[in-house]
Amino acid sequence: MDSTVTTGTEENVWGGGNQPLGASYGKLMMWFFIVSDALTFSGFLAAYGFSRFKFIETWPIADEVFTHVPFFHGNYPMYYVAFMTFVLIMSSVTMVLAVDAGHKLQKTKVIWFMFLTIIGGAIFVGSQAWEWATFIKGDFGALETKGGRVLQFVSADSGDRLALRDFAATLEEERVDHERKNGIWYYKGDALPSYSLNEVVEGVKSNPNVLIRTETINEDGHKTVLTRDETLKKLNDATLVVEGANLVRNEYGSRLFADFFFFITGFHGFHVFSGVVINCIIFFNVILGTYERRGHYEMVEKVGLYWHFVDLVWVFVFTFFYLV
Amino acid sequence: MAHEHKLEIFRGLLKFKSNTQKIWGVLIFLTLVTIVEVALGILKPAALTHSYFLGMKVLNWIFIILTLVKAYYIAWDFMHLRDEKSSLRRAIVWTPIFLVAYLIFILLFEADYIYHVYSDGFVKWNF
Repeated sequence: MDSTVTTGTEENVWGGGNQPLGASYGKLMMWFFIVSDALTFSGFLAAYGFSRFKFIETWPIADEVFTHVPFFHGNYPMYYVAFMTFVLIMSSVTMVLAVDAGHKLQKTKVIWFMFLTIIGGAIFVGSQAWEWATFIKGDFGALETKGGRVLQFVSADSGDRLALRDFAATLEEERVDHERKNGIWYYKGDALPSYSLNEVVEGVKSNPNVLIRTETINEDGHKTVLTRDETLKKLNDATLVVEGANLVRNEYGSRLFADFFFFITGFHGFHVFSGVVINCIIFFNVILGTYERRGHYEMVEKVGLYWHFVDLVWVFVFTFFYLV
Repeated sequence: MAHEHKLEIFRGLLKFKSNTQKIWGVLIFLTLVTIVEVALGILKPAALTHSYFLGMKVLNWIFIILTLVKAYYIAWDFMHLRDEKSSLRRAIVWTPIFLVAYLIFILLFEADYIYHVYSDGFVKWNF
């Protein structure tokens, strides 16, 4: 472009190379991407809010769903998610430190902080995979009614949740998996649950200690527990045994709950995963000295922006999915 | 590349000596906020779950406000928006805030309307 005749340097405004916002092209584009991605996440979370307000009286209580910590048995609501949040914030900090070291052109420091960031991201993605596995596997099991509502079970003595295996009767029934080869047009039946509907129903009938807990939330913010008579009556509405979660039904309550869980945490987890991959690429570039030769570490700053954004989104997902 | 770092947080109440120090300070603050959130989430004080403001539990308002506080410090100090030009900062921050506020307003009102249709209407869905 040097061959283009310009009248002089005083026409700097239209001469190109101007940065009215004080940020380079690449950084601005990263910001544009972040803003649009933030709107995508907002769309997800607002849709979640919509469904939740629509079913405000029957929505599952997150504290009762996410109670697991790896290697520990028992009821620890939210501790693990809090740990995950901390890991992500911590990896955000190491990322800022990497950016800061980059400004001072300290290559070794950038390498170490990028490395720690990647490790933090990997721990987070791993935790999320574990949480998905636990969520999909389920814990207690439940029944589904004709209307698609979920009935859970509690012990009348202690008020604790009961799993199907705690009370289901063992009946002499033959249950056959419906396989592809037997179908009319290669349809495959759903995998059979551990207990048949009859076994669960008989188990409840023969066990006076078992009460049904419905989806409805009472004034104290707890799920409504039916009396023994109501329990026996409600059993007639049951149509299916539900264990764990998939995109159609889940044992935790409203069907949309699991759908939103998979979509929102999945979309976020995918962002973290791609963040780790991009961080790795930049990490190796730093080791190879690419930015050392370029004279600045702005690429580290750009991936840093993306990485913080992922952290920022998690802060919102944490609040709206686990806390509120 | 040599950015000027603004080293004050809490409107100048706390001033750090270096950028690194500020980062650790913000980390401590964010951790404290998260601990408060988790503690409130586990304890669920009855005073906060039984009082309502604008149709939502006070506890939930506290969570949302604390989240916005956290988001502010992540964006301002980790994403160093504090050091950017105000024009860039405003373009980035107010555009999504405006759009999201509108989206939330319209969706939640609609959802509340549907909730009333379900609860007051004659079609039974919870069976």
